[in-house]
Amino acid sequence: MSLLEVNELKTYFKTAEGTVPSVNGVSFSVEAGETLAIVGESGCGKSVTSLSIMQLVSDPGEIVGGEVRFEGKDLLKLPKKEMRKYRGNEISMIFQEPMSSLNPVFTIGNQVGEVLRRHKGLSRGEAKQQAIEMLKRVGIPRAEQIANNFPHQLSGGMRQRVMIAIALACRPKLLIADEPTTALDVTIQAQILDLIGKLSEEENTGVILITHDLGVVAEMADRVVVMYAGEVVEEAPVYELFERPGHPYTIGLMGSLPKMNEQRDRLDSIPGAVPNLLDMPPGCPFHPRCPFAIEACTQTKPALEEQQPGHYVRCLRAGEVG
Amino acid sequence: MSDPVRDEISLPIERNAEVASVNREETAPLLQVRGLKKHFPVAKGWFSRKNEYVRAVDGLDFDVMPGETLGIVGESGCGKSTAGQMIVQLLEPTEGNIVFDGTDLASLSGEQVRRARRDLQLVFQDPYSSLNPRMTVYDLVAEPLIVHGLASGKALKTEVMSLLEAVGLGPQHADRYPHEFSGGQRQRIGIARALALKPKMIVCDEPVSALDVSIQAQVLNLLKDLQEQFDLTYIFIAHGLPSVKHISDRIAVMYLGKIVEIGTREELFASPKHPYTEALLDAVPVPDPRLRRKREPLPGELPSPVNPPSGCAFHPRCPYAQDICRQQTPVLEPKADGQSAACHFPRNMDEAGVTI
Repeated sequence: MSLLEVNELKTYFKTAEGTVPSVNGVSFSVEAGETLAIVGESGCGKSVTSLSIMQLVSDPGEIVGGEVRFEGKDLLKLPKKEMRKYRGNEISMIFQEPMSSLNPVFTIGNQVGEVLRRHKGLSRGEAKQQAIEMLKRVGIPRAEQIANNFPHQLSGGMRQRVMIAIALACRPKLLIADEPTTALDVTIQAQILDLIGKLSEEENTGVILITHDLGVVAEMADRVVVMYAGEVVEEAPVYELFERPGHPYTIGLMGSLPKMNEQRDRLDSIPGAVPNLLDMPPGCPFHPRCPFAIEACTQTKPALEEQQPGHYVRCLRAGEVG
Repeated sequence: MSDPVRDEISLPIERNAEVASVNREETAPLLQVRGLKKHFPVAKGWFSRKNEYVRAVDGLDFDVMPGETLGIVGESGCGKSTAGQMIVQLLEPTEGNIVFDGTDLASLSGEQVRRARRDLQLVFQDPYSSLNPRMTVYDLVAEPLIVHGLASGKALKTEVMSLLEAVGLGPQHADRYPHEFSGGQRQRIGIARALALKPKMIVCDEPVSALDVSIQAQVLNLLKDLQEQFDLTYIFIAHGLPSVKHISDRIAVMYLGKIVEIGTREELFASPKHPYTEALLDAVPVPDPRLRRKREPLPGELPSPVNPPSGCAFHPRCPYAQDICRQQTPVLEPKADGQSAACHFPRNMDEAGVTI
């Protein structure tokens, strides 16, 4: 049994212009101690997927189908009150923007301690003591002092460390990190990635790392899911994906990266832009931008099929391309 | 002031296309920056006098040759954007000179500055907030031409259309509003606006940071094409090292308001001399899992630019710092051919001071 199993998850947003299928039948699994990266560009549904797992999708968004099995139990069937016992306790989340996800009017110590009071029933004093311990573990200097500070008194990197301390305070089995380092500078990013890697290894935590940065994927992930227009287009172990990308979109993404260890005159950009989810092209959603598209791609929607053991590709020409 | 090149309406204009291979000794720099500083006063209390300063930019010296791209990298708060804004005359320097095309910009009157701006344009980071949402694409691109009185009537229309074409947009886009476009397309509109006055130099301030990876590649390719087509000189300010490396001929690395290293792209990436450059290069995640390695992340954070550390500003984070680094500020001096660094103990050099 996997730690987390997402099956055919569908999250739709009902807007005045029509229904937006942000997450359209997404399936994947995460094992304990494993880091699964979900990659894709803005609007591909990677963040909505993570919010759906946590059941934090707000109106007009709605989970309309599928299963989110955590240790075998379908979380989508749980009553709201039951779900609260999982959120922040068994499964927790780090967001991209550490400033807007911390409450500006409470001290750092109070906010880290809150999850412990709530889920572990600790007293105020005990919670504060453990909060300080947690702040030390995530590498915050002068933790006793910082615990009494407010979020605005800390730098972006320090705030993200506080978020990680909150997320890991109850020793969750699954950590969802949604673009945890996108707002940070590279040297601070290196510190934070290092920290997430180290802590998840120590506690055997499963990690879902959501990012648009293939560099971060290559450094952190064990397995990778590539999303495009609300669907999984490729899934593979990390070495396999970088050595033999199978979907034309993945190939395009890799070609469009300027690399540190080589110099090219031009980058292989992917032409066009992500399609409007309200007005999806027929057939494969990627075909208008795909250099390998053939007539059939404009009509037939490809299925996600296993090409190699553990390597799945959603492409009619999988095997021919790549 | 009549300039035949300027008054020519049709694009593309053909200037001398051989600038890419300029000989440094013979060609005069297009831009010379000397001792450039910007200190912002910090108000202490409500009524007290302002007596502390954020040293956002604290003494920059560099040249930019015609046709070249100078990349400026550094982390948030290093002063790279402030430097860019001073160069395009959006901020007044506290101290120092900016000599553009032989003229000291500080010596110019208001109207002359306005004229100088024709030659010196800026592309902004955020294509969402830098375009007026109530103007159509046509009006946005036509605006600079109208403001500077460079074209009207039919000529204006032809000019706008050819600008749109140059950045990869079509006449069908002209009557639409910015909100109808994706980030990448909006950045194209911003670039068309910057191009409209046929500038000699464009300062690009994080032009691709807000865009998706596949779109970043489109915009980087476009910037390179336009440079060739219109004979442009770029200053490319960014925190993303791979994109800076891709587009720049030379790169300046900034830390806490100062340039700590400047050199050709090849030298700087192959053999960084300043420990900060070395750490910065090391921190970039490499998109190849086979190169995954245990890293030693640079400890600590950027110090406050109000009270910068004594001596070398990098010494509190530097693994090689010694006593002299706490006492004496190192000066930016040549360490190898085409490469200068401000460091008492430069990296990748042997004892005789030769690059390894």
